[in-house]
Amino acid sequence: MSGVTRAADDGSGATLRGRAAEGAGSAFRALRARVAGSRDDDGASEVAAEAAPEKVFGPPLLEVRGLTVTYRTGEAEVPAVVDVDLTVREGERVAVVGESGSGKSTTAAALIGLLPGSGRVAAGTITFAGEDVTHASDARLLRLRGREVGLVPQDPMSNLNPVMRVGAQVEEVLRAHGLATGRAAKERAVELLGLAGIPDAARRARQYPHEFSGGMRQRVLIAIALACEPRLLVADEPTSALDVTVQRQILDHLEHLTEAAGTSMLLVTHDLGLAADRADTVVVMSKGRVVESGPAARLLTDPQHAYTQRLVAAAPSVSAARAQVRPGTRAVDRAAGPRRHDTADGAPVLRVEDVTKVYRVRGRGAGDVTAVDGVSFVVPAGTTTAVVGESGSGKTTLARMALGLEAPTSGRLLVGDDVVGEATGARRRAVRRAMQPVFQDPYASLDPTMSVERLVDEPLRVFGEGDRASRRRRVGELLDQVSLPRDAAQRRPAELSGGQRQRVAIARALAVEPRLVVLDEAVSALDVLVQDQVLQLLHQLQEDLGVAYLFITHDLAVVRQVAHAVAVMRHGRLVEHGSVDAVMSDPQEDYTRELLAAIPGAEFYAARAG
Amino acid sequence: MGRYLFHRAWQSLVTLVLASVVVFLGVRALPGDPALALAGEEATPEQLAAVRADLGLDQSLPVQYGRYVGQLLSGDLGESTRTGQPVADLVATTLPVTAWLSLYALVVAVALGVGAGVVAAVRRGRWQEWAVSTTSVVLLSVPSFWIGILAVLVLAVWAGLFPASGYVSPLEDPLRALWHLTMPAFVLGTAIAAVVMRQTRASMLETLSADFVRTARAKGLSPRRVLGRYALRNSLVVVVTVVGLQLGGLISGAVVTERIFGLPGLGRLTLDAVFTRDYAVIQAVVILVTAFYVVINLAVDALYSLLDPRVRVDA
Repeated sequence: MSGVTRAADDGSGATLRGRAAEGAGSAFRALRARVAGSRDDDGASEVAAEAAPEKVFGPPLLEVRGLTVTYRTGEAEVPAVVDVDLTVREGERVAVVGESGSGKSTTAAALIGLLPGSGRVAAGTITFAGEDVTHASDARLLRLRGREVGLVPQDPMSNLNPVMRVGAQVEEVLRAHGLATGRAAKERAVELLGLAGIPDAARRARQYPHEFSGGMRQRVLIAIALACEPRLLVADEPTSALDVTVQRQILDHLEHLTEAAGTSMLLVTHDLGLAADRADTVVVMSKGRVVESGPAARLLTDPQHAYTQRLVAAAPSVSAARAQVRPGTRAVDRAAGPRRHDTADGAPVLRVEDVTKVYRVRGRGAGDVTAVDGVSFVVPAGTTTAVVGESGSGKTTLARMALGLEAPTSGRLLVGDDVVGEATGARRRAVRRAMQPVFQDPYASLDPTMSVERLVDEPLRVFGEGDRASRRRRVGELLDQVSLPRDAAQRRPAELSGGQRQRVAIARALAVEPRLVVLDEAVSALDVLVQDQVLQLLHQLQEDLGVAYLFITHDLAVVRQVAHAVAVMRHGRLVEHGSVDAVMSDPQEDYTRELLAAIPGAEFYAARAG
Repeated sequence: MGRYLFHRAWQSLVTLVLASVVVFLGVRALPGDPALALAGEEATPEQLAAVRADLGLDQSLPVQYGRYVGQLLSGDLGESTRTGQPVADLVATTLPVTAWLSLYALVVAVALGVGAGVVAAVRRGRWQEWAVSTTSVVLLSVPSFWIGILAVLVLAVWAGLFPASGYVSPLEDPLRALWHLTMPAFVLGTAIAAVVMRQTRASMLETLSADFVRTARAKGLSPRRVLGRYALRNSLVVVVTVVGLQLGGLISGAVVTERIFGLPGLGRLTLDAVFTRDYAVIQAVVILVTAFYVVINLAVDALYSLLDPRVRVDA
């Protein structure tokens, strides 16, 4: 409600807030309380049970009115943000949700005068604590940044100065704003690092960023952002680059710190579930404009705007059943008789038998690293097996071994009756042909100098399929199957969107009619709406062609949407393996439970389904 | 870090040994016979043999190499085949000239190159960048000897601001030494400055767009600090690499520059030795320059680990 207020309701905000308390707000509070109850971590449990009174926020701290930001491209001024209104009150947490290119990060950057390149505020005002800072002097902005508005940036790996000790990077904020000097600054920096959840902070303050993990680096950035006890914290996708369990710990901790200090927060995220979990108010942006805003629970349970409705519908849900092929979207006309693999016998297409992969680490004193440790499972024909795990779990190594790109140290992988990597000559070609990859980043996995037609045609040529004319027909057919227009054939990857590129990658994989497609984080780089479409497409193709998928992902939320079976990996071991329904609804292992609980918005989606 | 440097020092030693072998064999592969040159065209075979025995040339190559290295290690660089003077004395009088000139030129190259590179990166798309880039292209494409001759003509002969030639040791009279060395040092230094400037600019542009620079600005740090502690500090690895590589150019540039400005340095000694086929001198100079290269490379590696903490871990 207060997140975006059309100028008219200024002053009446408090009463509106009050009414919200009786409505969806309190329901959401209760929901949050349940979430908190199920968490073993600090902070969140402070939210009391059902009786928790609706938070009453102070006066507006940040008010954005009619903000328009443009970038100069050549002679033209291209708007990135148009007429955005946004209010953050004292102690309030506002989430700005949107897809890439929606203008959410640009809005955040404009607040502290850090628009990149040729960006400039073309219209509108930004008021901070009653002061118009829209066109504030550089000197004023220097005092605003860090002191009154803290920023937690997106990628912890690239946001710390690699040549400066971590402690010094915290210290210098205190020094820059005259809050501490000399020894006192050093001691306060260590204290802040400790508060941000870094164990043994005094020793670690003397280390450099490369000696820290991603999660620990994000804690350092949080310590920096909160060092001067700012009144507003801008968190721009603060955990998108982190594993889901680390993400939860960090967000819990951040919540704890800001709540204790009464800091307002502007959370920029692409993740609706995360916004539902962590914010009081949600503002949805699309194509540079605010399309809808309101209390988190109301917005997510009863979205008004069509875009928000689509966003909520597309959000991968832990509880939703496997995707249903929506009518009218079938890629291949059954009557036309697609070349479908026979899956009736249910024979496995891929058998993983006690596979272990050990990497020798170079350098003296370094031991071996066991990336995959005695893993066995089968992928039945025409079904999807998801391999889930966090970074370092060995899931990608497993995928590479399935594709024959790495040889297992022991154990074996069989495609049909052939051992991957052992078959020779014609059998080897047959094995290669039976499985095709789709990788995470379509920007990197497609040769930018080739046209779509050549890209899709390449495997056909490599395997000596047909003549020129028949291959051309086949490429057209494949483009139809992945719902790309025929005229896309002559374009190059750079002229396509991310989702279209991934469709090209899928078409390329399907060209030689494999029985197994290995999808390594194939939808992770896509925006939620596009991700949903690609998952739908994969599902259709499986129905129509009988192809099996080995679906490697870190995202448990999409698993239920696509997979029949799921294998949970941790530290190279197979922790749990079974049907999706069994594993998701009744996980046997603590680690699986932990992963499930860490999915942002899990409770919210559960409530939605129920 | 200690282990890393020890490792690099060991590698440097191997490089030096290999270089000494190449120089030793190289000189022996040159056309002409030093014994013949010493004894004269008219010498009898007996006289030649005597000279050979005297020079140790009748021994096997490994034995000769051993003696050569032994002499090198005891600081004995042999005698000039031309004048009979000990090569060590010749080097001792000429090396300081080249060393002072190179040092001065290096300071000019780094100060101008890094300074202009930073300005070009920060003032991207404005007239400053254009001016810096144009100047660097001109300096890179015009041969330094031409600039040297032009400088002598304009600044020394016409304007009389600097002496056209001559050398005074900075240890005797620092001001006069500066006056004498300024023109050659700038002629030698600006060519290198142009390369340093281009690399600094490119590297600065990259770091200025890095995420951690934006975060530094979001912390409310002053632009100066962001530029110095963040952008420039992270660009230094590139700058040091380029400067290290360009130091080689400094020596060959010194040969030409010393000639133009009549400086009695190592460059001129080498050039004279080549013209008079003074093998002992050439051999000594080559070994010295090689040792210099190796030491510079070692210094650059040491600087890397000082500049970038990430280098320190992978020994």
